Amino acid sequence: MRDTFTRCLQDEARRNHALVLITGDLGFGVLFPYMKEFPDRFINAGISEQAMMSMAAGMALEGKTVVVYSIGNFPTLRCLEQIRNCCAYHEVNVKIVCVGAGFVYGALGMTHHATEDMGALRILPGVTVYAPADKTETEAVMARFLTEPGVAYLRIGRGGEPVFHDIENIRGYRTGEALPYCEGTDAYILTAGGILASAVAAQKLLAERGYSVGVVSFPTVKPIDEPYLKTLCEKVPVLFTLEEHTIVGGFGGAVCETVAGFAANRARVVRIGMNDCYSSIVGDQAYLEAFYGLDGPGVANRVQAVLEGKA
Amino acid sequence: MSYEKSKQLAYKIRRHALDMTSRGGTAHIGSIFSMADIVAVLYADILNHDPKNPKWPARDRLILSKGHAGAGIYAALAECGYFPLSELENHCSNGSHLSGHVSHKGVPGVEASTGSLGQGLPMAMGMAMAAKMDGREHRVYCIIGDGECDEGAVWETALIANQYRLDNFIVTVDFNKIQSLASVENTIKLEPLDQKWASFGWHVIRIDGHDHTALHRAYDEAKAARGEGKPIVIIADTVKGKGVSFMENDVLWHYRTARGAEYNAALKELEAQKP
Repeated sequence: MRDTFTRCLQDEARRNHALVLITGDLGFGVLFPYMKEFPDRFINAGISEQAMMSMAAGMALEGKTVVVYSIGNFPTLRCLEQIRNCCAYHEVNVKIVCVGAGFVYGALGMTHHATEDMGALRILPGVTVYAPADKTETEAVMARFLTEPGVAYLRIGRGGEPVFHDIENIRGYRTGEALPYCEGTDAYILTAGGILASAVAAQKLLAERGYSVGVVSFPTVKPIDEPYLKTLCEKVPVLFTLEEHTIVGGFGGAVCETVAGFAANRARVVRIGMNDCYSSIVGDQAYLEAFYGLDGPGVANRVQAVLEGKA
Repeated sequence: MSYEKSKQLAYKIRRHALDMTSRGGTAHIGSIFSMADIVAVLYADILNHDPKNPKWPARDRLILSKGHAGAGIYAALAECGYFPLSELENHCSNGSHLSGHVSHKGVPGVEASTGSLGQGLPMAMGMAMAAKMDGREHRVYCIIGDGECDEGAVWETALIANQYRLDNFIVTVDFNKIQSLASVENTIKLEPLDQKWASFGWHVIRIDGHDHTALHRAYDEAKAARGEGKPIVIIADTVKGKGVSFMENDVLWHYRTARGAEYNAALKELEAQKP
């Protein structure tokens, strides 16, 4: 995902000469191709996320399309008020990129676990939130992320994620669209981000156990695909949301808010994610996903228990 | 030179601000009065601007980072002709765009909305950065408060602006020595403030922020410093509440609204100083 981001960024920078990249002193290796090609449109703001975000807003007020790059919680929670006041309220073209969604930097400790960012960004008026699942979704989303007006947030993994789509099928992606992966008749698992891999693995396990479970990826968390959620509610009695994020206020929260507003055919929503807690243990992403029941078997067991009326 | 134009404007800013805060029942008159001469000199004689064309691309930008003194900016803009003076009567009233902390929405001439300290300064830096990147001639001015200098982002900005040699960026510190609860000295000490900025690589000028001759000279020096590769900071020593004797140097007037006898007394003192 990370390399796809850089490649798409360079493509857009060749088209849009007002595009500027600012980093908070991160992106070793990753940003080098951009820095080499566009040295005059690259700024390292140092380890100063608050000033960096306000500065980005100031540059955008002068007509720049400013891409702000950092990892984990640094371009989001660290400077949330600057995003609110300087960027969102001023309706400027600031594009915030976070590498390290969820437990990508799992071994580095709690400070580097990005498990509240979607919730924090989602509540800000005027901020679009993207969480692509793989490099194809990243490529499809980047075309929108960098060109649509306003503040947008892109949450991506590090790289090496499995691929779930043919890019040719999703190249015309529009902001706010859900991307169905497979159909089901008993329930659906809805995901945002690279955790789609766990949903797909869970779907296979559940199929072996006799359950027909559909899987849908939501590369855009805000605005969420409300018409599609309505269709799903008419189809199955229960929707599971899966995210590498706290279950409070994030993707699952967005689905709950939307479904609760439907006048009829409201499916039950079961949120799977971090249960309103931090992780004080460390490990690689796969380890922590399994530890918190967010891997294929963990998700399958949870879904099965709910479908059997045991949870 | 007698600088009649800026002195007249400073008087009018204080007069309007007294009425605006009194009518709206709002605070921060001490903070407005301390920067009134700075704002007046900038709008009267320093800024290259056109009230008939607020978005003129070649204009100099002024960002008020100490947004709580927004009434002073609204008053200056109305006096310059950006919008009718009668609009000032709506300050802080229900449904008005003229918020207590300065807002750009619906207010011609305001470059950016501020009010959360430490944010307008780096926004202004971003504007200066963009101008430098594009080789444009205009300058970016910013007024910050002394209490605002407690914010870490102020010093992040001081570091970055130096690194990128933003000599089109002119910051004025309204150093009135009083912040929200007590004096700066008894809260978070800033002195030696000029040495602090100098050590961050800035071109530092320190002056009496109520002396119009000194202010004009300072801004002339700041403009002439372009080419040095350093951002410029003017430390303006000011008096909180300047212009009304019972408001001066009293933290109470960070909050209090002049009404009744206090309003009349303040009005009398200001009118006695009319240039």
